[in-house]
Amino acid sequence: MRIDCPHCGPRDRREFSYRGAVLPLPEPGAADEAWFAHVYLRDNPAGPIEEYWQHEGGCRAWLVATRDTISHRIHAVRAAAAR
Amino acid sequence: MSALRGGPHRLAAGGLIERESRISFRFDRGHFAGHPGDTLASALLANGVRLVGRSFKYHRPRGVLSAGAEEPNALVELRAGDRREPNTRATVVEIFEGLEARSQNRFPSLRFDLGAINGLLGPFIPAGFYYKTFMWPAAFWERLYEPLIRRAAGLGRAAPDADPDAYERCFLFCDVLVIGAGPAGLMAALAAGRAGARVVLADEDFRLGGRLLAERAEIGGRSGPAWAEEVAGELASLANVRLLPRTTVFGVYDGGTYAAVERVADHLPVPPPFTPRQRLWRIVAKRTVLAAGAIERGVVFPGNDRPGVMLAGAVRAYLNRFAVAPGARAVVFSANDDAARTAADLAACGVAVAAVVDARPEPPPAVAAAAAAAGAPLLAGAVLTRAHGGARLTGASVRRADGGSDFLGCDLIAVSGGWSPTIHLTSHLGARPHWDEARLAFLAGEPPPGMAVVGAAAGRMETDACLAQGAAAGLAAAAAAGFAGVLPELPDAPHESAGRAPLWRVKAPGKAFVDFQNDVTEKDLALANREGYGAAEHAKRYTTLGMATDQGKTGNLNGRAILAELRGEPLAALAPTTFRPPYTPVSFGALAGRARGPAYRPLRLTPSHAWATEWKAVFVESGPWLRAAYFPEAGEHDWQASVTREVHGVRRAVGLCDVSTLGKIDVQGADAASFLERVCLNRCSRQPLGRVRYLLMLREDGFVLDDGTATRLGPEHFLLTASTAHVAHVVSHLEWCREALWPELDVAITDVTEDWAQFAVAGPRAREVMARAVDPGFDLSNDAFPAQAAAEVRAFGGIPARLFRISFSGELGYEIAVPAGFGDAAVRALMILGAAQGIVPYGLEAMGTMRIEKGFPAGPEINGQTTARDLGFAKMMPKEGAYLGRAMAARPALVDPERPALVGLRPRDRSRRLAAGAHFLVPGAGASLANDLGFVSSATFSPTLGHAIGLGFLQGGLAHVGKTMRAADPLRGSEIEVEICPPCFVDPAGERAHG
Ligand SMILES: [Zn+2]
Repeated sequence: MRIDCPHCGPRDRREFSYRGAVLPLPEPGAADEAWFAHVYLRDNPAGPIEEYWQHEGGCRAWLVATRDTISHRIHAVRAAAAR
Repeated sequence: MSALRGGPHRLAAGGLIERESRISFRFDRGHFAGHPGDTLASALLANGVRLVGRSFKYHRPRGVLSAGAEEPNALVELRAGDRREPNTRATVVEIFEGLEARSQNRFPSLRFDLGAINGLLGPFIPAGFYYKTFMWPAAFWERLYEPLIRRAAGLGRAAPDADPDAYERCFLFCDVLVIGAGPAGLMAALAAGRAGARVVLADEDFRLGGRLLAERAEIGGRSGPAWAEEVAGELASLANVRLLPRTTVFGVYDGGTYAAVERVADHLPVPPPFTPRQRLWRIVAKRTVLAAGAIERGVVFPGNDRPGVMLAGAVRAYLNRFAVAPGARAVVFSANDDAARTAADLAACGVAVAAVVDARPEPPPAVAAAAAAAGAPLLAGAVLTRAHGGARLTGASVRRADGGSDFLGCDLIAVSGGWSPTIHLTSHLGARPHWDEARLAFLAGEPPPGMAVVGAAAGRMETDACLAQGAAAGLAAAAAAGFAGVLPELPDAPHESAGRAPLWRVKAPGKAFVDFQNDVTEKDLALANREGYGAAEHAKRYTTLGMATDQGKTGNLNGRAILAELRGEPLAALAPTTFRPPYTPVSFGALAGRARGPAYRPLRLTPSHAWATEWKAVFVESGPWLRAAYFPEAGEHDWQASVTREVHGVRRAVGLCDVSTLGKIDVQGADAASFLERVCLNRCSRQPLGRVRYLLMLREDGFVLDDGTATRLGPEHFLLTASTAHVAHVVSHLEWCREALWPELDVAITDVTEDWAQFAVAGPRAREVMARAVDPGFDLSNDAFPAQAAAEVRAFGGIPARLFRISFSGELGYEIAVPAGFGDAAVRALMILGAAQGIVPYGLEAMGTMRIEKGFPAGPEINGQTTARDLGFAKMMPKEGAYLGRAMAARPALVDPERPALVGLRPRDRSRRLAAGAHFLVPGAGASLANDLGFVSSATFSPTLGHAIGLGFLQGGLAHVGKTMRAADPLRGSEIEVEICPPCFVDPAGERAHG
């Protein structure tokens, strides 16, 4: 698998580490249920999903990759900081 | 002495072997000779060795079936000693001087094998035997079944010790990857290479040419091998083309990534210096042309596994490529037009053809003509019903079209059930092959992105079509990668007739094998079907069809066709096989590459490593670091003696310890304080300049991520420390928080762990030592530089340094950091400056002992399952603020007063030792999970107190102080009474550190 880092170009997946699905952080003061859902509940979609990957063995940037869980194709990659 | 001339069965002329040089080798006890260009299989056949192994289950005699990587029979142990390699296919092993090979699955000898009695017991070892017999009880597996099966199976033996050779892993990038160097692959590489694309041409063989090497077809007026050599020569001359012979592309992965193993030195007795035995390539290709050819199938008929029954294409390969006659009198048995070539090649090489048996009622005239030219009767509509003989074939029974039978004397049966395109790689990413009724074969489904399938791999068996398809695909692949070219001129080539009819099996009494390597018979499939395991995937698991190391390359389709017939299903309804990497077995050595033993991961050395080595430190691995565990002195015969002396040294005078491995994270920016307040429990915005604070960081789920310190070096500048083991994760986490959660904050995070060497100087006389280390003018008095103070100073004569008054030992303590390059000088200077105070170096063991004496949590306590409350830091948790983990840390179960919390413990009988891992029980309660009240996380002998102490997590925590509990350790069979106490054993008021 290869990930097209916006800073470094397409690189082997061994340079990257995975964190998980991109989820909005609950608002400060949100109910416990919102935090519970945020920490433990995942949609596990069959299809495209936005995920956090860090180019740990490269520029170290955190990236948001849109990956298809069926075909494993990565459709888009952007820096997490560039919203 | 004919054996030493390269074998009595060597043809007088022809072949791609160097007759003028001779290679001697051993097989079992025999000494033989072959020529460069031989495989082990061809050299054995040239020497008349027909019996090369015994089968897995029935120990039946087996010979060479194929001439390639698909070989299920001729598996041998290659080499000796630590280079011994089991299950090596003799058909792909290039012989080299001094080669040693041994047959497998035989005891005591290949000819006389006691295990063959299994063959007589055959009826009692049916398919599903392992399922039924060894299902239960589970404990019997380890002790009884598995050793038994392994000894009986004896699939070769692994080498006794570590492989002495080196392996490499490399990356390779190209525009066009061509897999297979037969006619299609060579043309594809030529078209793409001439267009200027970066081309990689990989082929598993040691000579490029594929099937052209095995046939007599003329290409462009030259012999096939001559044409292939010419094309290979041109490709080798192109700077943009890389040829990888002896290289198997074994896996396809996402993003145009291919895995290949190059057998760099397998054809040599020993790899030359600085040369790996094998190289694992990760090839990243923009486009790929798959020209992997096809694999011939046998026919399932009784005795079809006898040595001397050989695939027809392999017979032609041994005749034409290796100049070996695999027999003296042959029967050709097939239902396709290749029979003509086989008969003609046999006759041309002087092998008598006893008969051409064609199952088709009306074979085409070409087959009849070839049979006639070979002087052999053509038996149309006939089938072989049995191969006779034991270790050597004596003849075959034939059932004629009229139903009558004949006996044909022969020592070779050239059999062909047809060809299966080698489409394994096309389905590695999940595409399902589809059945092509006209070609009687599975063809590739939607291939992986960027891959084109050509030639025999696409079902085209005619040489001219292979050349044309390859050229077109190579050109298209280059164009897609941005290189325009022209179609190479296509040489004249034959258009072989490729007529075929289905021929999977012959119904006749006797043991007929479908899968040779796993000894799966036609009857096993019938049994599986009767017992409800007839679906292809079920039958596979029930009978182990196709599950041996050859993955059923020659047998799978026959098996599936038989099942389809048993179930009354059409062939078109056949579920395709799911192919998974690797295409052929890959050694662990190649996958591991250099990453083994001490090189498994890089070893990190502390700045004081050289100094510590001079001080005869005993080192221990701590994460990726090698750290000094203790510094033994003369007369100290165990580590405890050294550690006790070091602890006393620190507590009574002063000690010195390298703490550089601690993570150091620089956090700067206008929003540094507010950023930190979102990721840790500390109120950083209120933290005074020049002060150090204990730091706790939570995960989103409310558990502790890590602890450390935060030092405020400036209004917008913090320096964090993190534990040695966690620093990489903590840095990643902070970067994620900054970039993903709050990119609007002005803050920069830098891991400066390796930039600073840091030393702890601790003990009642530490101030005296530091006063001499720090440059004059800096006031170290308790008022000017109290506990938890920090400053940027100059030390050792002008070197920029950071000084912290912090203590992990509980003593008056400092940590001084200097740029890493000064670390070695600094530690040596501190030893000299502290000599008058009796400074002692101390290591990780003494440090760990003193932190337990002080009750400071470390790795065993911050284990990912403990909260700040559990650790006794409930008061640190701010009531205000939106820091990560706050909401989840407040979950009822995590704030339950009965939740296990940190306590100290000591044995009632002070002479007893404690062990981490023991569980707390109330006196009288049985040692069961229901009565479990917590566990001992850390334990040590306290030199300061003279007895064992420990830390642990106990339900109810400090409410139990003063009570007696039992610490039960069923694993080590110990159980002792302990007294629960506060977790700090030495100087609980903290007067020493503040003095
Ligand atoms: Zn990058």
